[in-house]
Amino acid sequence: MAGIVIAGGGDCGIRAAFAARDQGYAGTITVVAAEPGMPYERPPLSKPGELGATEKPICTPERLQDCKIDLLLGVSVHSVDRAGRRVVLSNGAGLDYDKLLLATGAVPRKLACSGGDRALSLRSLGDAQRIYGAAAPGVQITVIGAGLIGMELAAVLIGRGARVTVLEYGPRPLGRNVPEALATRITGQHLAEGVDILCSVQIAEVTKNAVILADGRSIPSDVVVAAIGVVPDTELGRASGLAVENGIRVDRQLRSTDPHIYAAGDCASVLCKDAVYRRFETWQNAQTQGDIAGRNMAGAGLQFGGPVWFWSDQYDLGLQAVGDTVGQASAIRKTDTETELHFYLDGQARLIGAAGLGIGNAVAKDIKLAQKLIEAEVPLDVALLGDPAINLKKMLRPIAVS
Amino acid sequence: MANWIDACAADDIEEEDVIRFDHAGRTFAIYRSPDDQYFCTDGLCTHENVHLADGLVMDHTIECPKHNGQFDYRTGEATRVPVCVNLAIYQVKLADGRVLIEI
Repeated sequence: MAGIVIAGGGDCGIRAAFAARDQGYAGTITVVAAEPGMPYERPPLSKPGELGATEKPICTPERLQDCKIDLLLGVSVHSVDRAGRRVVLSNGAGLDYDKLLLATGAVPRKLACSGGDRALSLRSLGDAQRIYGAAAPGVQITVIGAGLIGMELAAVLIGRGARVTVLEYGPRPLGRNVPEALATRITGQHLAEGVDILCSVQIAEVTKNAVILADGRSIPSDVVVAAIGVVPDTELGRASGLAVENGIRVDRQLRSTDPHIYAAGDCASVLCKDAVYRRFETWQNAQTQGDIAGRNMAGAGLQFGGPVWFWSDQYDLGLQAVGDTVGQASAIRKTDTETELHFYLDGQARLIGAAGLGIGNAVAKDIKLAQKLIEAEVPLDVALLGDPAINLKKMLRPIAVS
Repeated sequence: MANWIDACAADDIEEEDVIRFDHAGRTFAIYRSPDDQYFCTDGLCTHENVHLADGLVMDHTIECPKHNGQFDYRTGEATRVPVCVNLAIYQVKLADGRVLIEI
């Protein structure tokens, strides 16, 4: 009998499988996973242990068995016959589906310049093992891209004794999703640890032992890692004739233009509350959307609403952000000399985003409260947000216990 | 045999909050609930080695500071993914304004 088929064995696909079962789905659930080993979490890949890449399984084989989830390893979905509701796998086998979830994730963007294929990238466990295997003390490593992954990698690699240079096309590191004041502090820590960072540079060529910049400078490099973002893996969606534009387009219930096909996680472009399609690339989003898609395939009618949250650890600094943190912060709260939070309000003084930086998990509590304040959609007093003496929990519960 | 350890003053924990307590190479989380009861669990999340005392207490739930996993700190029960392993819990009693835990 046709059941649920999930293309993709990452955090999103596996979460969806468990969620569908949890929702009471009684049919077969099959996860088709391209990688050969048990599904693992990706965030630990940029946080290696002493022995190299950290492999953290998402679940045990026993749990899959308990929930009657079939996991096919080392195969991928090759094509989708929408009229016949059947997928053909890369090994030639066919699988009928009643509901199909595309949770195919994203692939690292490739460096377009000459010699760009010399650069390593970080997405899979194998990628991580290659990078850390090459990062012996004294080795000169050039990381291209000063986004979160590039900067996390730089922190790890310099900690392992490598000499690290980070090259960034934009005017400053972490320019895409970290408030400037916080990015400046993180960058300062990198410089203090000995990382070289060059901004506003363009790459002309990657040679066997150097990265050549457009202005002619040559950066000696034993190893080059490209961390210049990811491209959603939409190949199946496109080949199946679904609407695709920077991700497989889905409505708020994560249904594609075919009601039997859902998409979630990195590969999905979701219709948001403000009628704009957005794609999110965070671990929490993969979990949240996977959960919603899984439950909806099992008959629930949940809607994705955000806000999306992420964290990044670099040295002893912990960054967390939730929601929309673009532009000028409306309020800044300095809990102590090492801990600060930036709050972003909309025109009606409702919180839409927050970002915080501190030692370890110092900002975690307040960022979680900020997430609840965003979800509450109530106008807030900007002066209270900026006052570290005011517990955010009290703003969430105006009639809170003392 | 019961081994009661003096962990902190009752006033050291705000209502609906948590603090970290380290003892003999182990780490614990001690909670004060909104209805002024005290509870104790292992200090580290069962998903990854993260101190729960950095997390958020709402009602009778502790949310891990990293991955949003949740536990009922009264029973140790894991209540939201990604956590699926329950937390160990320990008996707590109050004496002369001090919080004692049994380990």
